Amino acid sequence: MPENNSVHLTIDGRAITVPAGTLLIEACRAVNIEVPCFCYYPNLSVQAACRMCLVEIEKMPKLQTACTVPVAEGMVVRTDTPTVHKARKTTNEFLLTNHPLDCPVCDKGGECELQDMTLTYGTGTGRFDEPKRHRDEQQWSPVVFYDRPRCILCYRCVRVCGEGMDVWALGVGNRAILSTILPNAGDHLECEECGMCIDICPVGALTSGAYRYKTRPWEMKHVGAICTFCGDGCRTTLGVRNDRIIRGDNRDASGINGEFLCIKGRYGFDFTQHAERLKTPLARIDGELKPVSWAQALETVARRWRAIQQQGGRFGVIGSTRALNEESYQLQRLARQVLGTNNIDHHRSADLPTLYDALAGTSATGSAPPLAAAASLKTASAVLLVGGDPTYEHPLLAWNVRWGYRLSGTRLYVLHHREIKLRRQAHRMAVVAEGAEGAAVRYLAGQGGAVAARLSAVGPAEEKRYPQLPPPDPQPISGGLEEFKAELEKESNVVIIFGSELRGDDIRALVALGGRLAGQTRYIGLADHSNSHGAADMGLYPDLLPGYESVSDAAARGRFEALWGARLPAEAGLNQREMAEALDRGELAALYVVGANPLRLDPVNPANLRRSFLVVQDLFLTETAKEADIVLPALAAYEKTGTLTNTCGEVQATRRAAAWPGGKSDLEIIHALARLMGVDFGRPDPDRVFAEIRAHVKGYNVSVVQLAAGRSALAVPLNGAVPHRSAPHLIRSNHDTLFSDGTLGRYSHAINEVMEKRLLLPGQAR
Amino acid sequence: MAHPLEIRVVSKRFDDPSAATLKGYLASDGYKALEKALKMKPEAIIEEVKTSALRGRGGAGFPTGLKWSFIPRQSPKPKYVVCNADESEPGTCKDRLIMQFDPFSLLEGMAIAGIAIGAERGFIYVRGEYRYLIDILDRAIAEAYDAGYLGKKLRGTNFHFDLMTHTGAGAYECGEESALLESLEGKRGIPRIKPPFPATSGLYGCPTVINNVETLASVPHIILNGGEWFLKLGLPKAGGVKLTCLSGHVHNPGVYELPLGFPMRRLIEEIGGGVQGGALKAVVPGGSSTPLLNAEEALGVNLDFDSVAKLGSFLGSGGVVVVNDRTCMVKFAKRIIHFYRHESCGWCVPCREGTNWLELTLTRFHLGGGRSEDIDVMFDVAQSILGRTLCALGDAAAMPTISIIQKWRQEFEDHLAGRPCPYEREFAHA
Amino acid sequence: MSVFSPTLDAKLTRLAEAYPQRRSALVPMLLYAQDELGWLTPEAIREIAERLGETELAVRETISYYSMLRTHPVGRYHVQVCTNISCLLRGGEELLQHCRKRLGLEQRDVTPDGVFSIEEVECIGACSWAPALQVNYDFHQNLDPARADQVLAEYRQKA
Ligand SMILES: Cc1cc2nc3c(=O)[nH]c(=O)nc-3n(C[C@H](O)[C@H](O)[C@H](O)COP(=O)(O)O)c2cc1C
Ligand code: SF4
Ligand code: SF4
Ligand code: SF4
Ligand code: FES
Ligand code: FES
Repeated sequence: MPENNSVHLTIDGRAITVPAGTLLIEACRAVNIEVPCFCYYPNLSVQAACRMCLVEIEKMPKLQTACTVPVAEGMVVRTDTPTVHKARKTTNEFLLTNHPLDCPVCDKGGECELQDMTLTYGTGTGRFDEPKRHRDEQQWSPVVFYDRPRCILCYRCVRVCGEGMDVWALGVGNRAILSTILPNAGDHLECEECGMCIDICPVGALTSGAYRYKTRPWEMKHVGAICTFCGDGCRTTLGVRNDRIIRGDNRDASGINGEFLCIKGRYGFDFTQHAERLKTPLARIDGELKPVSWAQALETVARRWRAIQQQGGRFGVIGSTRALNEESYQLQRLARQVLGTNNIDHHRSADLPTLYDALAGTSATGSAPPLAAAASLKTASAVLLVGGDPTYEHPLLAWNVRWGYRLSGTRLYVLHHREIKLRRQAHRMAVVAEGAEGAAVRYLAGQGGAVAARLSAVGPAEEKRYPQLPPPDPQPISGGLEEFKAELEKESNVVIIFGSELRGDDIRALVALGGRLAGQTRYIGLADHSNSHGAADMGLYPDLLPGYESVSDAAARGRFEALWGARLPAEAGLNQREMAEALDRGELAALYVVGANPLRLDPVNPANLRRSFLVVQDLFLTETAKEADIVLPALAAYEKTGTLTNTCGEVQATRRAAAWPGGKSDLEIIHALARLMGVDFGRPDPDRVFAEIRAHVKGYNVSVVQLAAGRSALAVPLNGAVPHRSAPHLIRSNHDTLFSDGTLGRYSHAINEVMEKRLLLPGQAR
Repeated sequence: MAHPLEIRVVSKRFDDPSAATLKGYLASDGYKALEKALKMKPEAIIEEVKTSALRGRGGAGFPTGLKWSFIPRQSPKPKYVVCNADESEPGTCKDRLIMQFDPFSLLEGMAIAGIAIGAERGFIYVRGEYRYLIDILDRAIAEAYDAGYLGKKLRGTNFHFDLMTHTGAGAYECGEESALLESLEGKRGIPRIKPPFPATSGLYGCPTVINNVETLASVPHIILNGGEWFLKLGLPKAGGVKLTCLSGHVHNPGVYELPLGFPMRRLIEEIGGGVQGGALKAVVPGGSSTPLLNAEEALGVNLDFDSVAKLGSFLGSGGVVVVNDRTCMVKFAKRIIHFYRHESCGWCVPCREGTNWLELTLTRFHLGGGRSEDIDVMFDVAQSILGRTLCALGDAAAMPTISIIQKWRQEFEDHLAGRPCPYEREFAHA
Repeated sequence: MSVFSPTLDAKLTRLAEAYPQRRSALVPMLLYAQDELGWLTPEAIREIAERLGETELAVRETISYYSMLRTHPVGRYHVQVCTNISCLLRGGEELLQHCRKRLGLEQRDVTPDGVFSIEEVECIGACSWAPALQVNYDFHQNLDPARADQVLAEYRQKA
C-alpha cells in the first residue's frame, strides 16, 4: 500500500492505518472494533437509515454514522463512550417499538440480527407501552413472504434485488411510520425469485415459503453441499433434520458464490422428497415395471450383460451431467474395462475438447492457466461474452459479472443474437443474426469479412423491468462490429465467456481472437449442469479417456491399462446420437444409462428399443426409464460425498447432507455391478477414487487441503493437442432457465410453483 | 395596508395589483436590477449579496452570498438555481404573498442568481397546495420570456436563463433541500446523505443553489440599491428586513415586513394588537420547528438570528405563533408532534419511530392516561431523536417537544393519572 | 390509447420533455392526471409509467409518498381543513368538526353522492388567516362556522 494512499487515524485510542476512502465502519472492523449496524451492508450502497452505527468523532458536534463517513487523516474516533452506548440503546429500543417480538415462532429466531443486537446493546425492558401497529403477513410469491411488523426498514432487500440482482422488484412505499416494502406487481412479486432478499434480511420480515415455520435453526444440522442444478457450482448450505433437507441458503458465504444463490440452489432441493422419487429397483416383468429387491435387480443386470457379452453384443453407456467426478470416472472404467466398449458419452453442452485443443497451441499454456475461475469475474477489467445467457442459465456468473461492473468497473462486451439482460451492464453490445456469432468472432479475430451487426443501446439507464422485454426485432446494420472490435482491442487480460453457440472451429477462432488481445486472456465455456464439465474431464467420450487423452493413444491408454490391470479398447466408440441410431436399428444389445435422459434428445422408436436390454439408473421414472428393463433408484447429489467440477473447471468437494433409504449412489451401484461382472473396483469410497483421479487424470492433481477447506481448485487438463472427433452437432444446450433444469427441475415444487415460469416466454428471457 | 412600523422591501408591491403583470412590474423599478446585473461581473454580484449580509429566509439562516460562492466557477456539468417554494413550516405563510403579488421579483432574483453562479436553468419548486400560485408564476414566466427577461440571450446579452415551475404533491419534508432535489427528480422525498452538498452535487448531481422565495426576491432590491443599503436596514450580521408571519392568539394576525432586531414585544403588542383571549403564555418564534419561548423570554427578545439563538431557539422561517394562557401545552405539543409524525419521510429510525412513540404517549397522556414516568420517558425519547437523524426534521420534531416539557412540566403533572385535560373546557375558541 | 383527455395528453407529453431527465416530470404528471380523473387509477399509473419509461413499482413508490396523491376516489369537492398550530389556536378543530357535521361526514369521509369529501390536513400556509381550509385548490380563510356554512353551500350549489 503506497504511503500516500493510506490514512492514519485513531479509534478508541488505537492508532490504525487504512487505505484512503475506507468507510469508518470498515476501518473499525479491520481492527475488530465492532460497530453495530443494520442498514449497512458491504458492497451495497450506503443508506444512513438505521442510525445504529453512530460514533463520536472529535471536532464534530454530533454523533456520526460510521457507515457513511470515510476515514480522514488524523481523525480521532470513539466507539465506546456513554453517549454512543446510550444512542445505540435507544435506537435499538426505537426499532422494537413496533416490532411484534414474536421471536418464539419466528423463523429467524436464533439467527436474527435484531435479537442479537438487543442482547448486546439493548435495554432489558422496553419503555414503549403503546399499542403496536399490526399488519397482516403478505405472501408475495410461493417463495417470498413479507411480515411488515417485523421489518426494520433497513432496505437491504431493496438494494440486493436492485443493485445486486439488477431486478429492482422491491421498493419502498408510503412514508413515516406507515413506510413499508413494496413488491413490484402490486400485491405480489414478479421477479427472479432468487431469495437473496430473504437471505439478506436481518430479521424475520422476509421469509421463505420453503422453510417458514418448519423448524428452528438450532434444530438442524448444516451441511455445505454443491448445488446440483446449473454448472456454476454454488455452495448451498443445507439445513437438515431427520435426514431431510429443510432449507438451503449460503448465509455463511462459504462457497465460491459468496452470499449468492438463485432459486434453484436455494429452494430446488425439494425434488429429493418428491412423491414420485423412486424408492426401490424396478424390473420389467410381463411387460410392466415392478418393484424388485436390489439383489434381484443387480443380479439380473449382471446376468443379462454377461449373456450379451458372450453373444458378442454391443454395449452402450450414457453418463450423467450431475453425477460426481468419482462416479463418472468409475463409469467410464466400467464401460471400457468391464463392458469392453468405448461406446460412452454424455449430454454435451460445451465443446471443451476443442477449447483445450485450441488452447494447447497457444503461448498461454505453461504460464498461469488460461481458464478463469468464477470469482475472477468480480475483478476482471474486461469480459467478452459471446452467446449464452448467464442471467438465466448461469446465475452466479451473471452475479459476478454485475459485481465487477458495479464495484470494479469491469467493461463488458456482449456479442449475441438477442438483447440479453446483461446488456444493461455492457460497455458495448453487438447484436448479430442468430447463428452468426461464429462469423462475428472470426471477424473480430481478423480472420473473416464483415458481419452485419447492430450496436445495441446499453447501460443501466435502461428500463428496470421484469421480465426483461427485449426491443422488437433487431435490424442488423452493417459495420456495427467495427467499433466493437476497436474498443475490444484496447482491452487486456480479458475473460471470455462463450455459450453453446460457439463450437468446433468457432472456438478456434475465439482462441485466436483471445491470442490477439493484450495480457492473458482466460476462458469460460458454458456447460449446462452441475457436473457437465466434470463428465467431460472424466472421459465420458467415445474417443477420449479421462483428462482428454485419446483412446487410440497407446501410451495414454497404456497408463490406464497398467493401473487397472486390463486391456482397454483402442478404437473410438459411438457417440450419444450414434448409439441412439444403433438402438433404432437394433444394433445395440445393451444400453446403460446413468442419470441421463437421452431418449428426450434423440428419440428411438419404442418397438426397436425393446430389442435391447436397457438399464436406467435415476431418481425418477424419466422418459428413458419408462422404457427400461431394469430401473435402479439412485441418490441425489445432496445425498453423496465427492467432487464436482463447475463450468469454469473449478473442482469442489460436496458433502452428504440427507439420506434416501431406498436408493444407492451411482458409485455403489457401479462398484456392485463391476463386482458381479467379475472385476473388483474396491470399496466404493469416493476419497479413494478421487485419490486415483488426482494421480492419473491430467489437470486434477489439485490440493485436497484446499478442497477440504471448502475452496475450489481449478483443474486445467491442458496436455497438448486433443485429438478429438469434433462433433459440433452434439453440442446441445438445454438452455435451462432459472425455473427449469433438465429432468431434476421438473420435480421441484418450489421451482415449478413460481409464476415466472409461465411469464418467461421462450426466446424472450429464457 | 402597510403597518407604520413596517419597512417594506420584498413586500413593497403587495398593495399594487398591477405588479403581477410585467407592465406594472416594470413601472415600479422592475428588472432594473437585472439590467444592472447583466453588466456586472458574476463575482461582483456575489460580493454585493455578501455585503448585504442577507441570510437565508427558509429557516436555516445561512448567509446567501457565501452559499453562492461555494458553487464551482468552472464546471463541466450544467448548474442550476432552485427556488424553494415549498413553504410548509406550520406558522409560515409569507412566500405565498410574494408569489401572488410580486411574482416577477422572484423571477428577477433567480435570473440574477443564475448570472452570479453561472447557471442557465432554474426551477421553482412550489408546494402542491399552492396551485393558484403556479398559475400566476406561469403567466409571469411567459411574459418574461416574451420580453427577453428569461430564455436565451437575456436582454440581448450572452447570458441565458430558462425557468419553469414544478409542483410538489404534499410533503413537508420536500422543503428540506436535498429531499426537494430528490422530489424534483421525480422520486420519493428522501433526504440525501451529506456531504456532498448541493453546491457541488445537487440536482442531477450538478452544482445547485437552493434558496427560499423571500431570499431570492430580496436579491433584486440588493443589487439595485446596493448591499450596504440593505444591510443598514437591519443588523450588521443579519442585514435587512424580513417577513414575519404573525398568527395565533393576537388580535391582528398578518404578515409584516420588519427590520431584523425588531422587538418581539412590539410585534405582539403594537402590531398584533395584543394577546387575544388571555395573557401571554408562549411564543413559537420561527415556525413549529423552533423551541418555544415562554412569556418572559418572548417579551424580552428581539427578532434577529443571534438574539433568538441566545435563548436556545431560532428565528427559523419567520412564523411567530402567539399562545395565550388558556392553551393546554400538552395538547399543543401533541399537535406539533402529530405533524412531524405525519411528515417524517420514514427513512431513518429515530425520527420514524420516535415521533410515533411521542404522539402515542402524548395522546394517551392528554386523555388522562398519563403516568408520572411518562414525562421523563417522552423527554428522553425526544432527546434521543435530537442530533441522531439523517436530516433536520428529526431535530425539528424533538426541539419543540423538549422545550415544552422543560418549560411547562407542571402542565404535564396536572394531567397525571385519571385527570383529563384541565384546559379542555376553555380550549374551544371563537 | 391514452386514458387522458387530448388536452391533458398534450400537457403530459410536454411535461415529459420539459426536464433534463424525464423522470422529473413524474410528480407533476401524476398530480395533473389526478386532477382530471379524481384519483390515480391503475390504468393511469400504468400509462404514466410507460410514458416515462419507468416501472409501475417506481411510480407506486412515489405516489404513496406524497399525501396529495391518492389511489382511491374522493368527492368532487375535497374539503381539506387545517388543524395545525395556528389554526388549532383559532378554532381549527372545531371547524373540522363543524364541516363534518354539516356534510354528514361524521362517520365516513366521502358523501354517498360523491359530491363532498373531507380530510384533516397539515398547515396549508394560511396561518395568519386562520382557521382555514381548502376546497380542492381554492383557499377559504378567516373562517368561523357561519362563514364555513356559506362556503360549503356555494359548492353544494355548484354541484
Ligand atoms: C424538514 C425541513 C423542511 C424545510 N422546509 C422548507 C420550506 O418549506 N421552505 C424553505 O424555504 N426552506 C425549507 N427548509 C430549509 C431548506 O432546507 C433550505 O435550508 C432552504 O431552502 C435554503 O434556502 P435559504 O438559504 O434561502 O433559506 C426546510 C428544512 C427542513 C429540514
Ligand atoms: S427473490 Fe430475488 S429477484 Fe425476487 S424480490 Fe427477492 S431479491 Fe428480488
Ligand atoms: S424486509 Fe428485511 S431486509 Fe427488507 S427492509 Fe425489512 S428488515 Fe430490511
Ligand atoms: S429525520 Fe430521518 S426519517 Fe425524519 S424526515 Fe429526516 S431522514 Fe426522514
Ligand atoms: S449502519 Fe450506519 S446508519 Fe445504518
Ligand atoms: S397552521 Fe393552519 S394554515 Fe398554517
